[in-house]
Amino acid sequence: MSYIIDRRLNGKNKSMVNRQRFLRRYKSHIKKAVTEAVNKRSITDMERGEKISIPTRDTNEPVFGHGQGGARHRVLPGNKEFQAGDKILRPKGQGSGGGAGEGNASNQGMGEDDFSFYISKEEFLDYVFEDLALPNLVKKTLNEHDAMEYRRAGFTATGTPNNLAVVKSMRSAQARRIALTATSRRKLKELTAQLQEEESKDKDLINPTKLAELRDKIAKLEEKIKRVPFIDTFDIKYRNIIKEPVPSTKAVMFCVMDVSGSMTQQIKDMAKRFYILLYLFLQRNYEKTEVVFIRHHTSAKEVTEEEFFYSRETGGTIVSSALELMADIIEARYNPAEWNIYGAQASDGDNWDDDSPQCAQLLRDRIMPLLQYFAYIEITPNAHQALWRAYEDLQGELGDRFAMEQITGADEIFPVFRDLFSRKSLKEAV
Amino acid sequence: MTQAKRAPKRQPISENSEWTFELLETYDKEIARIAKEYRLDTYPNQIEVITAEQMMDAYASVGMPISYHHWSYGKHFLQTQTHYQRGQMGLAYEIVINSDPCIAYLMEENTMCMQALVIAHACYGHNSFFKGNYLFRTWTDASAIIDYLVFARKYIKDCEERHGVDAVESILDAAHALMNYGVDRYKRPRPISAEEEKQRQKNREEILQQQVNDLWRTIPTAEKSQEAKEKRFPAEPQENLLYFLEKNAPLLKPWQRELIRIVRKLAQYFYPQRQTQVMNEGWATFWHYTLINTLYDEGLVTDGFMMEFLNSHTNVVYQPSFDSPYFSGINPYTLGFSMMSDIRRICEHPTDEDRYWFPELAGSDWLESIHFAMQNFKDESFVLQYLSPKVMRDMKLFSIMDDERKMHIHIDAIHDEMGYRTVRENLARQYDLSYREPNIQVYSVDVTGDRSMTLHHYRQSNVPLNDDTTEVIKHLRTLWGFDIYLHSINEQGKTIKSYSCTRNSVDQSEQLELNEHQI
Repeated sequence: MSYIIDRRLNGKNKSMVNRQRFLRRYKSHIKKAVTEAVNKRSITDMERGEKISIPTRDTNEPVFGHGQGGARHRVLPGNKEFQAGDKILRPKGQGSGGGAGEGNASNQGMGEDDFSFYISKEEFLDYVFEDLALPNLVKKTLNEHDAMEYRRAGFTATGTPNNLAVVKSMRSAQARRIALTATSRRKLKELTAQLQEEESKDKDLINPTKLAELRDKIAKLEEKIKRVPFIDTFDIKYRNIIKEPVPSTKAVMFCVMDVSGSMTQQIKDMAKRFYILLYLFLQRNYEKTEVVFIRHHTSAKEVTEEEFFYSRETGGTIVSSALELMADIIEARYNPAEWNIYGAQASDGDNWDDDSPQCAQLLRDRIMPLLQYFAYIEITPNAHQALWRAYEDLQGELGDRFAMEQITGADEIFPVFRDLFSRKSLKEAV
Repeated sequence: MTQAKRAPKRQPISENSEWTFELLETYDKEIARIAKEYRLDTYPNQIEVITAEQMMDAYASVGMPISYHHWSYGKHFLQTQTHYQRGQMGLAYEIVINSDPCIAYLMEENTMCMQALVIAHACYGHNSFFKGNYLFRTWTDASAIIDYLVFARKYIKDCEERHGVDAVESILDAAHALMNYGVDRYKRPRPISAEEEKQRQKNREEILQQQVNDLWRTIPTAEKSQEAKEKRFPAEPQENLLYFLEKNAPLLKPWQRELIRIVRKLAQYFYPQRQTQVMNEGWATFWHYTLINTLYDEGLVTDGFMMEFLNSHTNVVYQPSFDSPYFSGINPYTLGFSMMSDIRRICEHPTDEDRYWFPELAGSDWLESIHFAMQNFKDESFVLQYLSPKVMRDMKLFSIMDDERKMHIHIDAIHDEMGYRTVRENLARQYDLSYREPNIQVYSVDVTGDRSMTLHHYRQSNVPLNDDTTEVIKHLRTLWGFDIYLHSINEQGKTIKSYSCTRNSVDQSEQLELNEHQI
């Protein structure tokens, strides 16, 4: 007796939970791999999965077993020239005999091989953004938008005739009619039955008084039912349409970086990672994200990504030139009503001394009114210079929307990034 | 009953390689009919058609249709997935579960011929083995396993909710590491049933805890103290480590004991499969070969079908020789199939040699004899009983002695008159589980002192333990809760090597101190 069952349409992801358990257990390994991958990838090339490798010895499930050594018999197939009593040299590299039988052939065959598998792009980004308090920032920024959208929100009792919900109104009218006439109709049914019974009786047995009485009652009830209005004012329903603020779906991110002689490739790499994080965050929250790269030494220039990160320049440093260019570009191309504008500036802190007050001035008057958020990171192990102090004053005035942090090494980027964004959530909570 | 018509002209069931559900049914019906003629007694079959992805899921959970969640299953899944997607390996054609009804998975990618092969192999070969072999009959309860798995899955899920995934995972990890030492080798376990299990489980929790508390009672009993010191616990060395831990570990909570029990029950369920690999696969292979050939003889399949079948069959029973780069031990399909076929040959066409070696077998009813062999043996005894000189010659088996103290590997015996018996004995020993796995037993517990547990490993031919040992005793310590000592003892009773896992009591830290020293 056999039953044949087609299971092909049953879920195929039965191992999903186990897979998650595995990822959970090796989180630290995966996080490390993800961090390394972030460093290697281009700024806009984050939207794909990643191959993760974990040393086999870490994923090994240990069991008691025979080790190498000792004396043992083995039976092997495929004898060609051996005779009993022969002595052969032990094959090199194989140790003594491998293991007795198949029993020992475990997964540790190749000692050095890594255990590799792939994670999807969502999982990849999850690991990148884990622990970062990003959603709070999203909520806050979304509220600040001017664009409104009308959307349906159920029904209401008041409204204009063009919003009249006919079907809904008729439905509630009918419900009301059924409810209000229920008792009367039940009585009517009873009386009609009695009347019929009375009428069907033999002529001599009919009681004329009762007949008249019944007819009278029936007439009254019918009248009563009729009096219930077909439609009443409180049956009328209107479609409820409300105004809701919608987030603008476009965002632009300005990456401003100092490329003067004092900025080494190492500092630029750190800045790049910071930009990657910001870019990813924006991309996850907006339909369209543009990136504008501005680099500067004594004069500023809009450049491509490649040029931004890898071309070498030397010269002095005038930060205000970049900020000015940024303000010009915003005015020319990005209307603040349509675009969410984010700025991120990375520098080693060097600036022409007289320029720093001007930078603060520029930010305060021209740029910050147009921006969602501006983050300044200073990548230097040294003491702060004029630019930092000028910005510090600015932070006091602008509060949440302006953030600044100092980074001394690559390992600080995640914490600093988290710090920049989690600060908001803290204030919100208070 | 349908009468077997010997059609003079071929009237095949199907002509091309596409399969449909109707065809599956027809093939199954025909194969079932022939299987019945060969007296194959099976559980009802539940044949499930699944996709490659589902096959990978099934792989990951050791073939069971349901199982509890554990990261190691996720690891196997990722491994299979990565290899399969990169084309490094194909998936097995079939998975069959020892349950009643017997569940067999067919992959939708298979051709009609492959499906028929799998039906014959799994649904009639393995299935009848599960139902007939004495080990399966005594040790596993096919009708209860699925229900028990449902219970286990639910119980572990509840534990995870109550105590956290990590707490559950650490116990399961430790229990898995000792899974091979969770088997009663000589005592038949009580049958498992999910319903009873649930009811018994509550009572058991309390009673168990009481017993453990009794063992570890710290209030001194004045008179008996002297006597207690003399008395050793456990009175006899214990080889079922998981059972011993479940019943006696002082600090485990009732639910943790239950988790150990679940792992132990699963180990018990898989125990017969580990002991009958050669027989089981040999039996199934022999029957798919015989059944499909009978189909062919009756004219029910085409020549093309037969060519494809023989091609697959040959792949399955291919045995690379020991010096081939593809060699990875003796292929159980090959050995099993050769031996099963040979039993039939000895019965039907015995030679003088067979009459000398197998006087009772030669000339007897082959069907009777082969069923007897299937029912009453396991790999070790099967090889010892039935491995014939002809099979040894065909496979060119030879036995070597590999002693680390000697420069050379010594060839003990080969497939000749002098060597048959030695080769056969050594091969049989190779399938003896107690020889394949290190013999480790709980030797004593310091009940009155620091509660440490001492285990002994009895070496055979001075074969040491592997490098995992230090990790495994860490797991042992997790379950036991106190220090662990493991002594590796040679055949002369001398301790060769000692392992220990102790908590560093000086600085009171949680750090474990692992020691391993050669003596």
